[in-house]
Amino acid sequence: MSHLDIELQQLKTETMKMWSLVNLQLVKGKDSLLKLDKDLAREVILSERRVNAYELKLDRDCENIFALFNPVAVDLRFVLAVLKINNNLERSGDIVEGIAKFVLNVDSNFDTKLLEITRVVEMYAAANNMMETVLEAFDKEDTSLARKVFQQDELLDDINIKANAIIADYIRNHPDNIDATLYLLSIIRKLERVGDQAKNMAEEIIFYIEAKVLKHRSKIEKNKE
Amino acid sequence: MNKLDANNVNVFYGSNKVIKDVSISIKQNTVTAFIGPSGCGKSTFLRLFNRMNDYIDTFKMEGKIEIDGSNIYDKQIRVEELRKQIGMVFQKPNPFPKSIYENVIYGLRIQGIKDKKILDESVEQSLKQAALWDEVKDKLKDSALALSGGQQQRLCIARTLAVQPTVILMDEPASALDPISTAKIEDLIYQLKSKYTIVIVTHNMQQAGRISDKTAFFYMGELVEYDETKTIFTNPKQERTLNYVTGRFG
Repeated sequence: MSHLDIELQQLKTETMKMWSLVNLQLVKGKDSLLKLDKDLAREVILSERRVNAYELKLDRDCENIFALFNPVAVDLRFVLAVLKINNNLERSGDIVEGIAKFVLNVDSNFDTKLLEITRVVEMYAAANNMMETVLEAFDKEDTSLARKVFQQDELLDDINIKANAIIADYIRNHPDNIDATLYLLSIIRKLERVGDQAKNMAEEIIFYIEAKVLKHRSKIEKNKE
Repeated sequence: MNKLDANNVNVFYGSNKVIKDVSISIKQNTVTAFIGPSGCGKSTFLRLFNRMNDYIDTFKMEGKIEIDGSNIYDKQIRVEELRKQIGMVFQKPNPFPKSIYENVIYGLRIQGIKDKKILDESVEQSLKQAALWDEVKDKLKDSALALSGGQQQRLCIARTLAVQPTVILMDEPASALDPISTAKIEDLIYQLKSKYTIVIVTHNMQQAGRISDKTAFFYMGELVEYDETKTIFTNPKQERTLNYVTGRFG
């Protein structure tokens, strides 16, 4: 194994550690939401610092690899991809922190009926599943697995689009519970962003392995490529 | 303790001062790269560590060079003994017109070692360390000159390792080699540092980046900057270093 190979392997390992941490944050965020567990929400907010520290470390690692090894071809694309995935992971970490803050701030419980009709729990599970799938694709260098995420994202988009009407209708019928309902709408918006981050990361994996750029392509085009 | 120390070293060729008040400390089991434009004094400075400049009539040195804390320019130092400890690999592979086997044990023969078992073991071990064993184990009696340039250079490294030095000086060891042979030499350097202290002069800045822990930038006989290689290549402190590593020199 060449020195560069060792450095790239270490970079991959560190990226996966950060990724696992972000995924764990997502799971804890979901649990805190479902159980309205404010202690768990606080834990998520505190752990966000670790995600940020990872981001800085990976940025530095990538900078050093560029400066010291001048990677080319697949090695270059890998480091570029990690640099962007790092960004996506940090943003995902911010999103979970935001969800945890909502859980911390909300005064009353979320109405279980509302959770059901908005399908937010299903959406959260799908977002977490997407993140797990992309992580596995990154680990195994499996682009067909990465492509699965594009289809999984459709569910998140669907729930997000329908949320407006459902929530507007709910507020009309339950005007006493507006605060919690708006928090829930914000959570749905944030989960939709998690899906986007996962999709971006899947695109980066395909970029580095297959040298194909799928950004800004339509869903149909992406599924064909 | 440092493996190598240079304190306030000045070198003259006649009246021409080619090294100007250079001090540097090099730790054990590290790779240190000397970089700088041609004529900056990096090779002259490297050769101070095994007294290769002594052969130049007009050479004069001031200051102190220490290995493991002892001054190697002390009158009691025997240069042959010193060079057992400080091996050197040059830019152009320079195998002797002998067999691969004889090349590796050349230094041991000079030391008077005749025991075939010891010699055989040394050949195998040195060639393995130099990542050449698998390629030559079946033709040890063949002429070293029949090897490719990259193989010859690894043979020269094996020859250096056979006398069990603690320091290896390398003066542009890969500049005459193709990219694959270069990569092999670089991987080898990376592996050897667990056992040896390596100092390498290179014109290839990327090579310095890839293989060294610390980098020293020389310019017109001065040591301009000496720091972690990461720092030299990402955030050098001196403007002259920045200009050199970014290729904006002159």
